[in-house]
Order: sequence, then C-alpha cells, then structure tokens
Amino acid sequence: MKISLGPIYYYWSKERVYDFYKKIAKSKVDIVYLGEVVCSKRREIKLKDWLEIAHQLSAAGKEVVLSTLTLLEADSELKRLNRITQINEYLVEANDFAAIGLLSKQQKPFAIGPSVNMYNAQSLNILFNKGLRRWCFPVELSQETLTSIMEDKNTKLETEVFVFGKLPLAFSARCFTARAYNLDKDDCQYKCIEHKKGLLLSTKEDKSFLIMNGIQTLSSSTLNLINNLEQMKEIGVDIIRISPQSEHTDNIIDIFRDVIDNKVSSADAQSIIDKLISQKQCNGYWFEQAGMDMVELAQSMQ
Amino acid sequence: MELVCPAGNLPALKIAVDNGADTVYIGFGDDTNARHFAGLNFNEDRANQGVEYAHARGRKVYVAINTYPQPSGWQRWTDAIDRAARIGADAVILADIGLMAYAKNSHPEMNLHLSVQGSATSYEALDFYCQNFNVKRAVLPRVLSVAQVKKAIENSPVEIEVFGFGSLCVMVEGRCILSSYATGRSPNTYGACSPASHVEYIENDIQLETRLGGVLIDSYEKHEPAGYPTLCKGRFEAMGNTYYALEEPTSLNTLDILPELKKIGVKAIKIEGRQRSPAYIRTVTKTWSEALKQLDRGHYQTKSEWNRALSEISEGFQTTLGAYHRSWQ
Repeated sequence: MKISLGPIYYYWSKERVYDFYKKIAKSKVDIVYLGEVVCSKRREIKLKDWLEIAHQLSAAGKEVVLSTLTLLEADSELKRLNRITQINEYLVEANDFAAIGLLSKQQKPFAIGPSVNMYNAQSLNILFNKGLRRWCFPVELSQETLTSIMEDKNTKLETEVFVFGKLPLAFSARCFTARAYNLDKDDCQYKCIEHKKGLLLSTKEDKSFLIMNGIQTLSSSTLNLINNLEQMKEIGVDIIRISPQSEHTDNIIDIFRDVIDNKVSSADAQSIIDKLISQKQCNGYWFEQAGMDMVELAQSMQ
Repeated sequence: MELVCPAGNLPALKIAVDNGADTVYIGFGDDTNARHFAGLNFNEDRANQGVEYAHARGRKVYVAINTYPQPSGWQRWTDAIDRAARIGADAVILADIGLMAYAKNSHPEMNLHLSVQGSATSYEALDFYCQNFNVKRAVLPRVLSVAQVKKAIENSPVEIEVFGFGSLCVMVEGRCILSSYATGRSPNTYGACSPASHVEYIENDIQLETRLGGVLIDSYEKHEPAGYPTLCKGRFEAMGNTYYALEEPTSLNTLDILPELKKIGVKAIKIEGRQRSPAYIRTVTKTWSEALKQLDRGHYQTKSEWNRALSEISEGFQTTLGAYHRSWQ
C-alpha cells in the first residue's frame, strides 16, 4: 500500500505551507494532494505557488495530484477550476461534479476526493468509463461496504482510504469562522489564518465536538485507522490517506509506513500516536457506528 | 412557476392537490428517500392512488429516491425506481449516478430530476448530469445567492427548481455527514438527519437537555420552549461564547424574493416538509399557491398575512432568506 497526504484543509500562511511541504518532501509519503479545497478567498498560496511546491515535491520523488475546490458557487471559482483542469503535468483530483465533467470532456484521467459521493460500484464504474483512475472511499462508510464495492468495481480503478486526521463532515455557503467573529463572510478579514487547527466547537458541558474551518466543519476527534491496515491490505486497498494537521504530520506518515512494512506493530504504533495526539481519537464509521465512536482493538476482534 | 409541494401520506397529498399544488412529491416507506421517518411515506398501493388522484385533476407526482444505495441495499433502490415507473410517476428525483444509469436504461421514457442531494451548484455540474443521464431538471442546494442562481440558470441545460420554503439546511445537501458522525445515520445513508431514534430529552430540576447520540445539543431553562435537537441548530461554545454557532432554529421563506426568482428563470418552487402534518401542508400550499397566482397577475407584494401564516408553522417561529441573501452567508 502507498501512503498519500491529502490537501491542507486549514488556512495557513505561505511560510507555514512552504515549511510544511519541505518536511513532507523528506517523509515517507508517496503521493501528495495540493491545492485549496475549502475557500476560494484564501489567496496566501496562488496557483503558481502550488505549482512551485508541486515541482519541489516531484523532484523529491513524490507523485503530485492537484485538488480542486469542493463547493463551487461563484463564476470566478469555475474559471479557476477550468484552469486547473487544463494543466497536463499532474493528475487532478476532482472534488465536485463540475470538475468531473470538465475533466471527462477533455478525456483526461482523473481522481476523486472523499466528498464525491460514491456509495456503490455501479456509480464508480460509470466514472471509470469517463476517465476515473483513483477514488477515495467516502469517510462515513464502513469496512463492510468497502469490501463489497471492491468486489464489483473495475479492477483497474485504484482505491484510497482516508485513515488519519480530522474528518471532513460538512461544507456550507456560510462561513462559521466569520460568524464566530460577528463578521460578514464578504468582510471575513481572513480570520481563518489565525486558527491553524481551525476553531474548536464544544458542547455546553465543555466536551469538544466539532472544528469550524471557514465554510467547512470537521470532527474534533482525530480519525485513526492504524489498527485496521491489515484488513485494508487484504481487500486490496491501494493507498491510505493521511490528512494534514498542524503538528506531527510527517511523524504520523512515517509511523503508518512502518506498520504497513511490518517494522512496527500496530499496537506499538498506537501508543506512539497516543503520545503525539492529545485529542480524542475515533474510528466508528469503519465499524458501521457513529463516526465519533472509538471501537477499541479488543472489541473489534470479537 | 410550478408549485411543488410535499406529502408524507395520501391525505396530505390530497390536501396539497386540493389547495393548489401543481405537483406533489412523495417517497416510499424505506431508506430510499431522504425523509425516512417511522410511519411516514407511501407503499405502492397508496402511491398508485395518489397518482390517480393527482392525474385526474391535471396535477403531477414526483417520487424522491434520493439517498445513496450501498451494495447491500442496491436492489431496494432499483425496486423503488421500478415501482415509480409502474405507478406512472411524472418524474423520479435521484442523487446517485449509478441509479440514474439504471433508470435511464430500464425506463427510458422516465423523466429524471437531479435531487438537491446531488449537490450540483454550477452549470458545469448540471451539464454533466444532463449529458450523461438526460436529466431534465435539477433542484439546487440552498447555498447559492440569487445572483449565483441566475448565473447557473443562464448557462444551464436543464430546468431549475429551487427551495422556497421550509426547514433550512445550513450545509450543502448531500455533503453533510454531521448526523452520522453523532448517530451513525445520515441523509445520504439512511434518509434521515438527526434521527429521532437517537434523540433524548433529559429533564432535571433546573433544565431540560436535548441530546443526539449522547451529545448535548442544547439545554433550556424551565420557561424556554425546547426545540428538536437537529445537530446544526444547537447552542455550542466557541472562543468563550455560547451561541447558535452554526444556525438558529429557523425556516427558509422566499416570498419576498418571488418576483426575482421568476425573473431569473426559476421553473419551479419546492416546499420542504414531507414529514410535517396535513395542517402544515394545507397552510403552506394555500399560501404559496395564492402568492404565485398573485405573481402571475402582476403587481406582486408579499402580504403580511402570508408571512404570519408561514411563521406560525416555521421552526423557531422565525424565517430567513438563507443563502439567497449574501448577509446570511
């Protein structure tokens, strides 16, 4: 199995992004998804900067994929999407059906991200005939569903599973970060940049629950499927995806690599991760439970 | 503009038809549609009667089959499409492209509409569904401003239907799994958001707590009216403030921008609420039918009695223009 690094969901400064990918270039990651997928107002990194980072990562031996915006509203966003789909140097990850349409019209191979709803093999095979070469399993589905889909989808289609990071749960027209500051979205003052981990939302009894990241909502618990890699290998998963966090992302990548290569046991890896990650972890979706649940290893073996 | 009203059962369908709906949309009694609630929706016999009732009066019936089938349930969804064809539905409202291909191949004469759950927000996305599945109409997610809806319509190869009234999704429909994060069930997988099976009302000496999947969504002091714990409409804490961080309990109401919606070329107005009572269906259908007639006569002005009637059946007794108005965003 290969390891990929998903697109950065948060709004980080240019300097932070460049530093981040410098570290990633030295990590054991195989594939890196680059680009702004949440909010088109975020302009710290322009398309030419992304392409510069792409060149640097390619030079370091990484496969680069360009990710597109998830929620398209304005015409300017469609124009930018059009430009990305016309780049020939890298595979493009479509995150919406507009991108899928534009890429398939040009008869280009493409990948799709976790927010494109592919819940069955029939749907996947339609897109395969339109140029889909890699898909990311939707995060809310279970291992059982994945196993069935794997049996019926075209065998040439690569499968990627989101295994680590905050779960992307929702997108909206509304900017929740601007709302938290009592600002209009049109005058958001780019407050997201002050929240490198997003903005924590807790319940009235002070339990952390969600993360607000501009128009996106994420889980506050960290998805961790380190104990389930063996099953993924067995059913033929090609790639596992780690989602960028503000800290330890390169360490996490290397830990997952060591477990895949049987250099470290998943139990040992789990205890290393427990030390690195202070927030709660979750894996419920994989077991067909509430996404926020954490099914312990002993329970999952029963 | 066509008035598309909801019905969760046969009496509601008849009320909608009798009070001026041009079209009624319904679902079958299982997880194949996004209002999968206990005791709600139609079996084939009742759906048949509904279609006969509507057709006899020159009205239409659409069937929503707008959740996403997983491998274990595939047959249930294709059965639903076959059933919709048998009862003579005027269109099926779909979200999953696998099902669109099935419907197109098995029932070439059937009209396909793209559900709001399909999350198409631009003409490029609409074009994809039109080119590949011959989709005739699309329902837009409640995320676009009026100017953006206009742009989509100008370039759209398909008719556009938009939501006019009812419960407001804050998130892009089809792309929100907050509900399954807390409960394991989402609109995409199960056809319900914040399902009643996972709701708890817990009362103690000082307050009433509402929980979803064990998560505290809100709490109310004794004198406060308690709302249903829809996940995105709870009070949470961020940066030291406790407030409706995502959205207040409120309903969408677009009566005030009806002339604009007509002018930009909206083909149909959809009313949310298949899960609501026959009384709701009566009020909402009557009010909207009257408003649309007034619009056709020209000199449109929203009547205060319309807004009053709608507020009374709205969530939290308040309404908003939602994303149609930039300031909401």
